[in-house]
Amino acid sequence: MSSWASAWRLGFVLLATLSTVEASTLPPGVEGIGRLASDAEIAAWDIDVRPDFLGLPAGSGDVWQGEEIWLAQCASCHGDFGDANHIFAPLVLGNITEEDIAQGRVAALQNPAITRTTLMKVPTLSTLWDYIYRAMPWNAPKSLTPDEVYALLAYILNLGYVVEDDFVLSDANIRLVQQRMPNRNGMTRDHGLWSVSGSPDVLGHTCLSDCVVDTAVTSSLPAYAMNAHGNLAEQSRSWGPYPGQWTAAPLAQNEAVSAATLTIPTQQLTTAGCTACHQMTGLLVGPSFHDIRGRYVGSEHAAYLQNRITQGGSGVWGELPMPAMPDVGADALQDIIAWLISGELDKKGSEG
Amino acid sequence: MLAWFQFDILGVNSLLARGKVTSRDNQERGHLAPAPESFLGADLVDEIHTSGVNAARRRLLKGALATATAAAIPQVAATDDADILTLPSWSRSLGKPVVTTPYGQPSPFEAAVIKRQSPGLTQTNQASVAFTPLQSLFGMITPSGLHFERHHQGWVDIDPTRHRLMINGLVDTPLVFTMADLLRLPSVSRIHFLECGANTGLEWGNVAVPTVQYTHGMLSASEFTGVPVSLLLERAGYDRQRARFLLAEGADGSGMTRTINLDAALDDAIVAYGQNGEMLRPENGYPLRLVVPGVQGVSWVKWLRRLEVGDQPWGTKDETSHYVDLMPDGTHRQYSAIQEAKSVITSPSGGQTLLTPGYYCVTGLAWSGRGTVSKVEVSTDGGQNWRAARIDGPMLPKALTRFNFDWVWTGEEAFLQSRVTDTTGYTQPTRNQLVAQRGTRSIYHNNAIQTWRVAADGAVHNVQLG
Repeated sequence: MSSWASAWRLGFVLLATLSTVEASTLPPGVEGIGRLASDAEIAAWDIDVRPDFLGLPAGSGDVWQGEEIWLAQCASCHGDFGDANHIFAPLVLGNITEEDIAQGRVAALQNPAITRTTLMKVPTLSTLWDYIYRAMPWNAPKSLTPDEVYALLAYILNLGYVVEDDFVLSDANIRLVQQRMPNRNGMTRDHGLWSVSGSPDVLGHTCLSDCVVDTAVTSSLPAYAMNAHGNLAEQSRSWGPYPGQWTAAPLAQNEAVSAATLTIPTQQLTTAGCTACHQMTGLLVGPSFHDIRGRYVGSEHAAYLQNRITQGGSGVWGELPMPAMPDVGADALQDIIAWLISGELDKKGSEG
Repeated sequence: MLAWFQFDILGVNSLLARGKVTSRDNQERGHLAPAPESFLGADLVDEIHTSGVNAARRRLLKGALATATAAAIPQVAATDDADILTLPSWSRSLGKPVVTTPYGQPSPFEAAVIKRQSPGLTQTNQASVAFTPLQSLFGMITPSGLHFERHHQGWVDIDPTRHRLMINGLVDTPLVFTMADLLRLPSVSRIHFLECGANTGLEWGNVAVPTVQYTHGMLSASEFTGVPVSLLLERAGYDRQRARFLLAEGADGSGMTRTINLDAALDDAIVAYGQNGEMLRPENGYPLRLVVPGVQGVSWVKWLRRLEVGDQPWGTKDETSHYVDLMPDGTHRQYSAIQEAKSVITSPSGGQTLLTPGYYCVTGLAWSGRGTVSKVEVSTDGGQNWRAARIDGPMLPKALTRFNFDWVWTGEEAFLQSRVTDTTGYTQPTRNQLVAQRGTRSIYHNNAIQTWRVAADGAVHNVQLG
């Protein structure tokens, strides 16, 4: 019996060794589920382009064609020169030098004061081609032709001084352009986070008692930022053992504000510097108070407006940024926001 | 403690049918020591109730609290509890019929427990994040409706009858599966955590957000059901000699693509359609998503339409422009995938308030992308002394593990921290240790020990130490 089993096993091993197909561990019958994908189906879906340009469709486009498409389909989000930050992080800002292109390392990435752009980071041209083709434009992905993608990419590369104004990018020369990608040598895989068995770079302390640690508080939220995320009292279970902290304006004050006749807080607006950029009606540097008040009626906007005033921001009304106004006093801020959200339009204040 | 009154007055709790704050609230909340309103004069309670809290009333409250906390002994309420003596309406009426809500809904009293965005974090609502309310959840499973959301070009509703999964690349037989095909195949159900690589990324430089929902809320855990990737790849006959990587691709507008470590995929990855016993929610990838246990969420491609086997990584947008970790020397770590061991106390936590000194069950979550949680320790003095937390429930690989810790708060300032060690022997580092190695600009993979400062007035704040 045992010799039969051994012989059988030997035969099986031989068979498996001789066969190009290894023994399947699939349950019987499973091989009948699913069907062969056709060439046309694979071609329709397998649109990825690898760093070695496997999968890249043939085609070409030049900088000028790219600019035309860019202005029509891309500029509203990314800005005419790819430098806008009102919706997405900038694509190109001119922080790339000839030396960077020569070295394949963008030196500005070491400088925390310099905004990181897409072109400063991305090492592989294939990535940009692949992503634009599969996901752009934002609201109509996969609507661009390969030639349009080549042209757009030529335009972006031109904005970053990687190619000249008269450059025509194509599947024939894209590998040469890859050799000018500014951060092509800027990536490392020398870390432990790719594989589950990788080595950690930082190990925690295991001390259990009388550990020597510095317990001084080095960072916490300033009081004015406590309600930047809304009223925390409304963000924990209302009846539990850990009620959330009240971070909105005190209720009594809100009630008093809504009950009283609201006047324009002229003094506060002036002292705080708001009127330097905003006027009651009509666009100045920023939107008019009339327009702001029309958009943000209701107490649910209080936290947002406070955040915008104290932190600044851009992109809501236009690309011009509003600077942070951290020095507006708490009382003035309260008065200004109460007025902005009140929905009672244009009751006359002291300025008449 | 102040917020409690104000919150009630806001009317959010009006359904509780409480006319005003009275002594019986103390009993409902189950504190051993009386909650403030039990030892406050009726006049002060009424005043706070109608006019909120000002500095003078705050001083009165503090004085009353100090007196009351001297005796932490269970007491009979000063007056008998009207909610006991007078039967509420629900005890004296006919209840609602079955299937009033054909798909059940949480109690209206749980309206505060929802996903939330962080204002200003993103400038579109399609490429954005909604954070899980960890501060209000229990156990090791996230309700599907509260699973965090992170999309790169919005979420979509997919007709499952028109959805396909294609497997191609280095395979003998490129295949197409319908959803019905996939549901016929041998299935597995596994509990795993899902954490965005950028979770806690806002906190690299300094404290930026107030609550655990925003510091750690790109974290959820579910039981996922689906087909092992290994089975599908074997069915297709993948090239064992050359195959090293797997590309996962979504069917949404973004066509999300990520390179997956083939070894990891063959080990425990799942092509999942089920989540917590039902189909995936649309925001979580209905009808099909990739589950790559222990690996950052961006690789768990939603609305999965294709798996391609290859011999090189793909360098996709989210492997070159985002989800790369910037080091101080200007180099980016690329293909950083694993979520290393991490833990956080979920309550009490930032933005919450302890109403009285006394006993608290400090509770939190621990997890590791490299294996199983082996222990969790808690410190209440900012890391000077640590005691073991009690692990509650199963300890599963690459899953959330719930821990609890008995604590008597004396009413003095405290600094709560938790620290996990996993089965590889790795212990969660401090933020300072991480920053010393990686700087503050790497955005991703911040698994630092979190500190919550409990102030003497009971308010809990997000802080960083030393």
